[in-house]
Amino acid sequence: MSLFYLVAFLSILFSLLVIFTKNPVHSVLYLIATFFTFTIHYILLNAQFLAVVNFIVYMGAIMVLFLFVLMLMNLNKDTEPVKSNLIKIIGVIAGGALLVTLVGASKALQTSAVSAGPNSEIGLVENLGKVLFNEFLLPFELSSLLLLSALVGAILLARKDKKTQNG
Amino acid sequence: METAFLIEKTALVLVLFILTLTIAAYSTWAERKVAAWLQDRVGPNRAGIFGLLQPLADGGKMFFKEEIIPSGANKYLFVAGPSLALLVSFLGSAVLPFGDTIEIFGRTVPLQVTDINVGVLYIFGVVSLGVYGIMIGGWASNNKYSLMGAIRGASQNISYEIAMGLSIIALLLVTNSLSFKEIAAQQHGWHWNVLVQPLGFLIFLVCAFAETNRVPFDLPECETELIGGYQTEYSAFKMGAYMFAEYINMFVSSAVMAVLYFGGYNYPGMDAVNAMLGPTWGPLVGVAVMFIKIIAFIFFFMWVRWTVPRFRYDQLMDLGWKVLIPLAIANIVITAIVITVVDKL
Repeated sequence: MSLFYLVAFLSILFSLLVIFTKNPVHSVLYLIATFFTFTIHYILLNAQFLAVVNFIVYMGAIMVLFLFVLMLMNLNKDTEPVKSNLIKIIGVIAGGALLVTLVGASKALQTSAVSAGPNSEIGLVENLGKVLFNEFLLPFELSSLLLLSALVGAILLARKDKKTQNG
Repeated sequence: METAFLIEKTALVLVLFILTLTIAAYSTWAERKVAAWLQDRVGPNRAGIFGLLQPLADGGKMFFKEEIIPSGANKYLFVAGPSLALLVSFLGSAVLPFGDTIEIFGRTVPLQVTDINVGVLYIFGVVSLGVYGIMIGGWASNNKYSLMGAIRGASQNISYEIAMGLSIIALLLVTNSLSFKEIAAQQHGWHWNVLVQPLGFLIFLVCAFAETNRVPFDLPECETELIGGYQTEYSAFKMGAYMFAEYINMFVSSAVMAVLYFGGYNYPGMDAVNAMLGPTWGPLVGVAVMFIKIIAFIFFFMWVRWTVPRFRYDQLMDLGWKVLIPLAIANIVITAIVITVVDKL
């Protein structure tokens, strides 16, 4: 349990640092550290597959892309574009609304409905695969279709239009 | 019981650590010797017999050189880059079985630091982390050539990871397990996975070259275009750390290929040898076989380096996205069909 509190403290610390550092590359590096603490959380819950997938996908692929884009734009300096007061006020209101929604949603959740504890074996690859491909096959396939269409859409948007380029 | 377990694991980790360092150090020597041999030269021969003390001399040189941090560089990240590269390169070998269980002092000891049941995915995760050392170091140097190297490293790593993952999926269809221990045990005798997954192995091999940034895929350092790529600004021991990380990565990926596709510690006729030598010396022959396979793969890495010229950047991307990924997907489909048909028969 004390290990959980240590890791939880670290995740909150790193996520705060993501927001408060001025340098965007440092922010991304702190975000990577945050995801690493999430991986530890998953391991503590015995959700090995989720842990290792979080490791590969978030830390290993998505954050590399984030860093890649930041380096491509070469945001080297500790400068942040000055935003107008209106944007700041809108940001505070939107953030507050999100916080209220999250707190309300977590109050409505029944904690007894959570059945998976630290000794649950649902997170092992074999069990998770069986559940996903037997009970939840349709939602699983639908979500993969959704991802595929998003992928195709992104490529379509990014592709150069040959007609306009020639003309 | 508990202390014996701790001693056993500590000993295993220490032996593995020292072995990895030794192999990485002597890979630098072997690389020069192999290069010399392929180019009909003599190679290093001044330090010790056959130049065998050359790695020590090189290490000493790097250690005593002046540490330079460029004034425009980001100081913390400039140091963090090579440290991270070296740290991550060590992580992979923790889940690899270097031999079968061995009986020693009346205890049965598995020659593997830890067997997690998502071992293959773990290796995959460690490989994907490897690029951070290059990216952070290249960016923190504040040099346009370093930055170019870092960006190339990132895009190359991500592109080839996909093909690598897809080639592993076909292998998992055959093995039905993500644990290295089980995969190694299944290949008893001559039932090596390369015999059922030759195409998968080929794709994996090409991707391993790309992930370790070895020629013909060494575009992140590419000295003819980028001076030294991500390591342009590095000197002394930090440069040594990058070089060491590359050789350790080579060792680990050779070991992964040996376990996944070439049977690890298994060899034809191992049952007869084990029966003859008993449960202590028999598995040690298996360990020797494993290391012969690893060294053969390391030699192959070097052989390719001094034979094949470097890819152009667009050719590299074409090969990854337009050749390897479709091939890997076709390999998965064919493997799945064959397995289904064989199961039905």
